[in-house]
Amino acid sequence: MTARTLGKAIRTAALASAVAAAASMGGAAAAKNTIKVAIVTFLTGPAAGPFGVPGKNGAELMIDAINAGGLPGHSKGFGGATLDPVFADEAGGNSKQVAEYRNLVEKQNVDAVVGYISSGSCMATAPVAEELKKLTIVTICGTPSLFEDEPRSYVFRTQGSAVGDSIAAAHYVTQFMPDVTSYTGINQNYAFGQDSWKFFKQAMEQINPKAKASSNPQFPKIFSGQYGAEISTLSLDRAELVHSSFWDGDIEAFVLQALVRGFFDDKRFAAVVGDSAVDSLGAKFPDGVLIGTRSRSGILIRRDTTDPLNVWFIKAYKERYGAYPVGPSYQYAKAVHFLKLGLDKAAAAAGGFPTQAQMIEGLKGLSFNSVDGKTAMALGGGHQAIHDVGYGFTEFDKEKGEPAATNVKFYAAECINPPEGMLAEEWVDKGMPGAKCD
Amino acid sequence: MLDILKTDKTIRWAALAFLALALSGLVIDAWILNNLMFGLARGLAVLGLLVLWRTGLISFGHALYFGIGAYTVALLDTFAGVTDLVLRLGVAVAASAAIGFLLGFILRKYRGIFFAMLSLAFSMVLYGILVKIEALGSTDGFSVSATTIFGWKPETKFPLFCAIVATAVVAIVCVQFYLRTTLGHLTTAIRDNELRVEYLGYSVAKAIHIKYVISAALTGAAGAMLATALGQVDPDSMVNWTISGELVFITIMAGPGNVVAPFIGGIVFEFLRTYAFEWAPQAWQLIVGGALLAIIFFLPRGIWSIFEKLMARIKGSQG
Repeated sequence: MTARTLGKAIRTAALASAVAAAASMGGAAAAKNTIKVAIVTFLTGPAAGPFGVPGKNGAELMIDAINAGGLPGHSKGFGGATLDPVFADEAGGNSKQVAEYRNLVEKQNVDAVVGYISSGSCMATAPVAEELKKLTIVTICGTPSLFEDEPRSYVFRTQGSAVGDSIAAAHYVTQFMPDVTSYTGINQNYAFGQDSWKFFKQAMEQINPKAKASSNPQFPKIFSGQYGAEISTLSLDRAELVHSSFWDGDIEAFVLQALVRGFFDDKRFAAVVGDSAVDSLGAKFPDGVLIGTRSRSGILIRRDTTDPLNVWFIKAYKERYGAYPVGPSYQYAKAVHFLKLGLDKAAAAAGGFPTQAQMIEGLKGLSFNSVDGKTAMALGGGHQAIHDVGYGFTEFDKEKGEPAATNVKFYAAECINPPEGMLAEEWVDKGMPGAKCD
Repeated sequence: MLDILKTDKTIRWAALAFLALALSGLVIDAWILNNLMFGLARGLAVLGLLVLWRTGLISFGHALYFGIGAYTVALLDTFAGVTDLVLRLGVAVAASAAIGFLLGFILRKYRGIFFAMLSLAFSMVLYGILVKIEALGSTDGFSVSATTIFGWKPETKFPLFCAIVATAVVAIVCVQFYLRTTLGHLTTAIRDNELRVEYLGYSVAKAIHIKYVISAALTGAAGAMLATALGQVDPDSMVNWTISGELVFITIMAGPGNVVAPFIGGIVFEFLRTYAFEWAPQAWQLIVGGALLAIIFFLPRGIWSIFEKLMARIKGSQG
């Protein structure tokens, strides 16, 4: 150990002096062949199968395509460099993620970190990213607090927050379920679940004031897997509609357990981010459930998309992994795509491979079309994405033997997100001034 | 107590080794420093388990005190803005010792599997409370802001590292001292024959109670140090039963032979996990579990037995 530590120390010292020498020569824009990027997603545990692995697949597909120059309409490489991914597991709790984030940056010396599905992990690692000054692109993680609590210099998020999902859901319920007069919810007891319910309720109070919220919404622990007691409580509740932001294995477990209890016979169910379960449960997933994919992706657009990137992604993903891409596949692919576009822009501006500060300039405020439609980095000082969010009702396509969605409607990004500089809660409370809805 | 500093070989060597370790903090990479801090902090908790284990008691619920220590730091930081290291550590140790003292009245009556399971139950009560209550952070936990030492805000991690090393040394000296008192000598006696100890005129229940409080205080200190070093607390990484299991795992891996062993075990565990995580992100738990199996098969008295054998060989060659 001592010999190894000493060796490492000597190597570090040598490296440090080499870096110092290179810096003194003034070569800022040196050519670079590879960039090492950590891809963090659930590889073990209950969220791995339905969420983590499809996310990893999406990232892998996009990385390989860009490295090989196979992404339609795009140049090869990331700012000219090849991306060398390091996959890391998001399971094990937030404190473990913080320790692993440090290892990724300080031990493995990655150039950037892309990932984090759970709001818990991204909230825990963002302060460390700022402390270590490392470019970090958050792929999913729905809580609006990430950019509302404090400004971030090194953290980006290519996925809209739970605010957009919740407001769009309130619009959709009002428009397509006009007979609903009361609603309750079952959401996981952590940042994303709490925020999803809070904003759904708040938006419903503004958009659909005649519908009343139940006083007894359920908040089970994330990944708890058993919902018998909650399902009974919800069934006894008078509310007609049940809102849920369940994702990962929890949504599958809930649907299966609710099915055997006849839950779907007398309740209408809104699974606002539940699309991964529709594909994995197939014919078993009940029809007529309000379903969301968090962007122009997955089951909502699969049947009639014509967008070239979208078409390419679905085809390439299905060929390689034998299944349709689900929400997280799109979201991971989009984050990798975003990194490429920002690096290309920064490289063009710098006339060589960009420094991290130049990369961040390139990424900030970018608007781009990706595998799930248009995304604009419009909030959080150009660090937080907004994009359209839509919903539909599940309907199993018996002819094709695969799930599908009907009555699909998308709500524009500007309709469901607050303007820059305004807290989401305040904006919804004021009746969403300036929202551009059609 | 001063005598022990002069005469005890373990303490002399440990003090030297830990001084060298603290100095190495000036040259090693940041990630090694981090892992050493985590390993030493965990080692404090393992030392707490060792105190119990020597009496034949294994607690599957020490994450309770680990969590109390960690959450004391986080709550003090979040709700009162307390960042001072000494204050954080002091309150955390006091809180876990107090809870340990109260629960000790119940637990001291039980042995073996009943003791293990009852402590597990108590720790899961805390876990249940934490994940259910939003004000206590539910499953997200809290971020912990950087520590200060008597009002001074260090620029690097090195001072905190030294503080953790110093805490470990103090803990080693105290536990070694305790084991040499009459009460400490009862440790193995209780394991071997409780009845005889009672006939000698000592109260077994009281001896175990004291042990339990010492163990709780050490584990609380461990939680406080880990929370400070890591800057984050959450129930799944700090209070869940898997963490209790992890601590027992390290105790078995380190071996009961010596008060320094827990710290070696803690550090080995941290590095084992870091490398397993890096090499096999999809199967790192398998590697960590496999390592424990290998240690139980080939080193039944833990990693410390390697040192024991080495010492014996050195002595043998000299004689």
